[in-house]
Amino acid sequence: MAAIEILGLEKTYMVGFWRKRPKRALQPLHLTVEEGEIFGFLGPNGAGKTTTLKMLMGLVFPTSGTARILGHEWTDPEIKAQIGFLPEQPYFYDYLTAHELLDYYGQLSGVPAKDRKRRVEEVLQRVGLTDIKGVQLRKFSKGMLQRAGIAQAILHNPKLVFFDEPMSGLDPLGRREVRDLMEQLKQEGKTVFFSTHILSDAEALCDRVAIIHQGELRGVGAVEDLTSTVQGKVEVVWQGTQIPASMKALGAECHVTGDTVRAVLPENQQDAAIDALRRERIRLIAITPLRTSLEAYFVEKLQKSPTTGKTVGTAV
Amino acid sequence: MSPRIVHIAANTFREAVRDRVLYNLIAFALLLSGAAIFVGQISIDIERLVVINLGLTAVSLFGVVIAIFIGIGLVSKEIEKRTLYTVLSRPVRRWEFIVGKFFGLAGTLVVNTFFMAIGVFGALLYVAHKFSKPDALILVALYFIVLEFLIICSLALLFSSFSSPLLSAVFAFSLFVIGSFADDLRGFASLAHGMTRWLATAAAYLVPNFSALNVISAVAHQQPLTSQLILNNTLYALFYTTVALSGAVLIFERRNLK
Repeated sequence: MAAIEILGLEKTYMVGFWRKRPKRALQPLHLTVEEGEIFGFLGPNGAGKTTTLKMLMGLVFPTSGTARILGHEWTDPEIKAQIGFLPEQPYFYDYLTAHELLDYYGQLSGVPAKDRKRRVEEVLQRVGLTDIKGVQLRKFSKGMLQRAGIAQAILHNPKLVFFDEPMSGLDPLGRREVRDLMEQLKQEGKTVFFSTHILSDAEALCDRVAIIHQGELRGVGAVEDLTSTVQGKVEVVWQGTQIPASMKALGAECHVTGDTVRAVLPENQQDAAIDALRRERIRLIAITPLRTSLEAYFVEKLQKSPTTGKTVGTAV
Repeated sequence: MSPRIVHIAANTFREAVRDRVLYNLIAFALLLSGAAIFVGQISIDIERLVVINLGLTAVSLFGVVIAIFIGIGLVSKEIEKRTLYTVLSRPVRRWEFIVGKFFGLAGTLVVNTFFMAIGVFGALLYVAHKFSKPDALILVALYFIVLEFLIICSLALLFSSFSSPLLSAVFAFSLFVIGSFADDLRGFASLAHGMTRWLATAAAYLVPNFSALNVISAVAHQQPLTSQLILNNTLYALFYTTVALSGAVLIFERRNLK
């Protein structure tokens, strides 16, 4: 069973004060997310990611289209007991402590009273919010609020979790912890749907991604497929800043970064390149088949409209 | 009642109690009751009348200010601060949210009125040295004040469901003022002619009739209140509140939370 089936969800807002005119935030979107996968919803700011999430959460009503979540109509309020949601830049009742907030949300999600206290302690521990007893949320930093947001999203042990820009406001360590948490959720059999514009996070975490731009779905696929090997090319990396003339003769495109050199050259020149480096007594670090990065795929999809095939925008 | 409504109401009550503005208003109400004592002491033989009039008016006015001040932000603040997102993404119906918010604010005002009433009775005991049987009518006046709060809460929620806090405050205060003169408006309608009569009659019956709920002067002058009046006012307040709350729910059910 698919965890999420989006069947032509579309949103058009009326904008303007006197003369209202339609502005399409999301073109008819068709998307399926399988159970147990981490799915990345990628796009630059204003692409339509948050609008899609808000429609799935019932916060914004679609102009047309429908969706199914965990096999049920997405408008069924009871299905929300099995869903967790972290909004972008979450803000909570600042007069509450994190314990009170989670207890309240636990009540609303129908977590039994006997389990609530234990669950609250568990999730706070899990997101790294310790020693915060009695501290009101108004005194939380942005990163702590983000952690509290993640805690409330997983508090009721949902089958499906929606994260809108989950890494926002987190330091590198925090981002790493959230990545680990998302992987743990996957191992527990949960489905994770998260929106981001940080491609390295998506590349490291996702089984599949969808790319959206200007309200239009530009591409969907498994990360492995999208970052497939470029036929017939290898990347050679060596220590130092020296580029031997023999390497240039092999047709290598070389780039010096710090104290390493990266060269891309035809696969059939691989052995000759190794010999050239040996002759110059240069330390070889790595030889890997060249892969298209997710970033390259992302930029390509953003620049070309699937409906017209023409270049429509510039890279982010 | 759905347990979610109870939880939302309890959280709304907790928010109000932790709101420092609420404490300030209670302090002001107590201060006014203190002033009642002072005025009572400098009045000759009408201390009781002055204390009841001033005390109950203070309870009413401060309650109205609290009802409007908090009521107008109940929905709009949650939308503006996006706290609503994590509530409505749970198995909470939109109508449950509105009704829960209403009961939370109504509960806050009942508790608030209870403490202010203690202040009024304390002031009365201070000036009159003992309670007399007609003083029980003060409880009826307080009950009517609470009914008045229910109507104002529902109106504030109605305006809050589609308008900005500032405009909601203006609408709610305007209706409170006009509603306080509803009897005069009805009197004017009966004297007018043609279209004016029709419009004035419509307006008189559309605005909440707060003048019917104001028995402060009658209680201060120890005039009897009939059980029919109590029943009529109760039914009227419940009807008006239900209609206004239904309007708030209908609007909120269709609102996009951008």
